[in-house]
Amino acid sequence: MGLSPRPDANVVTVDPQSQESWVTTRLDFLVNWGRANSLWPMPFGTACCAIEFMATAASKFDLARFGMERMSFSPRQADVLICAGRVPFKLAPVIRRIWQQMPQPKWAIAMGACASTGNGIFDNYAVVQGIDTIIPVDVYVPGCPPRPEGLMYGIMMLQKKVMSERMADKSLRNEMEPDPRSQLYIAPALIDEVSENFGNSVHQTRSGL
Amino acid sequence: MSGTFLPVLAGHAESTDVAAPATPRNVPYHGGAANPTADALRAQFGEAIHRVDVVWGETTVFVDRMQVGAIVRWLHDDAQQRYDYCSDITAVEYRDLERPIEVVWHLRSIPFRRFIRLKALLAKGQPFVVPSVYDIYRGADWLERECYDMFGIRFEGHPDLRRLLMWEQYKEGYPLRKDFPLRGRFSRSEQLRQILSQNPEAKYSMEELNVLEAFDELPADMRQRLGKGERVGE
Repeated sequence: MGLSPRPDANVVTVDPQSQESWVTTRLDFLVNWGRANSLWPMPFGTACCAIEFMATAASKFDLARFGMERMSFSPRQADVLICAGRVPFKLAPVIRRIWQQMPQPKWAIAMGACASTGNGIFDNYAVVQGIDTIIPVDVYVPGCPPRPEGLMYGIMMLQKKVMSERMADKSLRNEMEPDPRSQLYIAPALIDEVSENFGNSVHQTRSGL
Repeated sequence: MSGTFLPVLAGHAESTDVAAPATPRNVPYHGGAANPTADALRAQFGEAIHRVDVVWGETTVFVDRMQVGAIVRWLHDDAQQRYDYCSDITAVEYRDLERPIEVVWHLRSIPFRRFIRLKALLAKGQPFVVPSVYDIYRGADWLERECYDMFGIRFEGHPDLRRLLMWEQYKEGYPLRKDFPLRGRFSRSEQLRQILSQNPEAKYSMEELNVLEAFDELPADMRQRLGKGERVGE
């Protein structure tokens, strides 16, 4: 073994008569292909969207076809956080903690109008106006609630996004860094902008008094 | 809060000549037959009973707010009333700056198949204080805490009057008051900043979750099973 000449790394010789098979590919593609087809979801279901999510995962729509064979109810073994339903302020630190417990690489899907924007009808004192004010979100699935086809479309969009990632781009894997004092990870002005009211003024009271 | 659990049959205390319960028909909006308890309350408490309303066959008694504790105690203990179930405690505020806030108690007498609604009026501009019925109905615990959380009504005598739905350090006020803005008083970023600085694991005190502390209050058969070392969920 030690006596054989060192092979030239840049030259691949193939003997057409041998039975060996060869596949050449890019490492990026291979890793992304593996990641995109084994996304384990961490379901964070708080409302009616979770019912549609359960239907998506059940046998009729069968989320397992897309590699989501296993619901990961522990954030430490999960790849994609699916927030299905409205998030009240009281749950905001919880979903933030779950997101921080998930290891890289990780993605987030905001399923439904409440998780995406607060849904207008919940434009009140108790509900977070879109979870993108708490954690970074990759795919928004509109609908109230979205049908299972809608969620699957969102998941396939996420798979496309994963397939287009480059390992050389280290910024993709940056951990969210909240401001140590305010715990916000985007500017307060931006939060006020994305959670713009849908018609309820800040000064409007219930009775118009 | 007795040690033994006694099943209560609905209507078992009624005399035998009372007709079997049926869905009432042609109930007038106003002025139907009042619950006999209303007259008994007048006889017992006199001035403390301000007014009796019958709406859709349901009797509402407006009572003096400081007498609520004694009235509910009497309704619960009296052998001819036996209101043993407190189904709801809530409050109502109207779109009128002058009209007082109403605190509402829904009481039900299972042995007599009776329902009564007590209301106490709290004038605006004064501290909203009513007596607690916690020592009469343990189930009033969270009902009163919710009412305090949403309306800011203090229940005098409640042992642990903390916010129930909103987190305990919530600073914006009482959300179901009419003068409370729908989106809250602070901006969205300020609301998020306040809640994200909370520790998500500091929501419950250990006394609430500790079964050992509640051991003496558990039913005897459960004490016996737990005492033998039975474990659930392992």
